[in-house]
Amino acid sequence: MTDNVPAVSVGNVGQLAVDLIISTLNMCKIGYFYTDCLVPMVGNNPYATAEENSAELSTNAEVYSLPSKKLVALQLRSIFIKYKSKPFCEKLLSWVKSSNCAKVIVLSSSHSYHRNDLQLRSTPFRYLLTPSLQKNVESKIKSLNWEEMEKSPCIPEISDSEFCVRVPGGGITKTLYDEGCSKEIPLAVLLKFVSEGDNIPDALGLVEHLNEWLQIIKPRCDDPTASALPWKIPSSWRLLFGSGLPPALF
Amino acid sequence: MAATFFGEVVKAPCRAGTEEEEEDEEERRETPEDREVRRQLARKREVRLFRRQTKTSLEVALLEKYPCSKFIIAIGNNAVAFLSSFVMNSGVWEEVGCAKLWNEWCRTTDTTHLSPAEAFCVFYHLKSNPSVFLCQCTCYVAEDQQYQWLEKVFGSCPRKNMQVTILTCRHVTDYKTSESTSSLHSPFLKALKTQNFKEPPCCSLLEQPNIAHDLPAAVLSYCQVWGIPAVLYLCYTDVMKLDLVTVEAFKPILSSRSWKGLVKVRLDAFT
Repeated sequence: MTDNVPAVSVGNVGQLAVDLIISTLNMCKIGYFYTDCLVPMVGNNPYATAEENSAELSTNAEVYSLPSKKLVALQLRSIFIKYKSKPFCEKLLSWVKSSNCAKVIVLSSSHSYHRNDLQLRSTPFRYLLTPSLQKNVESKIKSLNWEEMEKSPCIPEISDSEFCVRVPGGGITKTLYDEGCSKEIPLAVLLKFVSEGDNIPDALGLVEHLNEWLQIIKPRCDDPTASALPWKIPSSWRLLFGSGLPPALF
Repeated sequence: MAATFFGEVVKAPCRAGTEEEEEDEEERRETPEDREVRRQLARKREVRLFRRQTKTSLEVALLEKYPCSKFIIAIGNNAVAFLSSFVMNSGVWEEVGCAKLWNEWCRTTDTTHLSPAEAFCVFYHLKSNPSVFLCQCTCYVAEDQQYQWLEKVFGSCPRKNMQVTILTCRHVTDYKTSESTSSLHSPFLKALKTQNFKEPPCCSLLEQPNIAHDLPAAVLSYCQVWGIPAVLYLCYTDVMKLDLVTVEAFKPILSSRSWKGLVKVRLDAFT
């Protein structure tokens, strides 16, 4: 079973990507991740397609599944309460370990302005694998020609600083990766370098990148020139940039 | 980072919230004295439930101590004024406890005579039917206190046979619609209900992409997760201060089936 988890990160790209996966695959809600670590919020069904299914209440952390593809997705819809991000990571990884997932994939993003010259000239996607997942999927990842997230100075201000994995703007991504390494959890991180703004194209890019590996959805036809896969935009993405404008403005 | 019109580069706020790296850095630089200050601040921010009459703390969660069939909570001064005028005036209510809390935005009052200008969170039950509870909450319960508030009020073993109603207000500019918010006729009521709430709500449901926040969202989430029938009535208004027109916007709720017997008011007297 594969578990997809977003990190609340720059541009909310991970969360948008998980929204696309849940919406496109019409995944069923199977439970709640009830925690005191996230700011509370509620709303009606963000993936409603008709009047009949629009009245289901959704909370800030919910679990969805698609048994036919052995896929589970955890969607996080609000930010962490101060000092609660680490306890959340511990609870999440403890749940993941007890549920015996074959692999966990964290969808995330990182500040594009932090890229070095080499990163500016290459693909904006990066991946990370914990040692326990590496042996299983490394050859597949290599065949996709993906780029591993480069290490950077732990303390940039010091010239002879050690190098480590850093994910600026990635929220809990680094903590999940580090804890995944130390707790021997088969965890992968898939992220995109982004800037804040209209991040829908970034989310679409990230899910298409993920799809290269997991083959969650097949292309509509075998036409290699078809660039767009049929990802379904959730109804809750309406009015992302606010209400309509007053006509008197013009 | 973002560039301003004057060409300077500034750090733009991130929609993802506090930078994890900043929090890590803060924790690494924390001295034992900083940790002690943080602990004391956390203690100061604790939510406590107590009985004002006896000045004793409630050791058990309020709704675990007493049987409860109905719990109505008004959050914010207009919702509180509505319950005071229409519900509390229709019966005899006895105070059973109050929440004492402090945060950067408010400190609950210690006085027994409550005025609308003060912040308070008081619990009552109906003398003629003590399983009916009401909470009047004008204080702001901060995000790090909401879960504690829920634990102190509902406890860890919630009863599924109670029904919860939450009333609150939001500013109309928070309401997302394809029209301009200036064209909306406020105040207006919208509802959100849990899966187990079977009664039809008194107004239309809150459409996506609109969401509820703060304590009302915390209570409704708790009820949804634990399978408790609950409904949140959100009044969108352009007057957040105490306002009669906003208070009256909650009136459709008086005709709810579950509120029968609670209210002895002739609605036609107000038309």
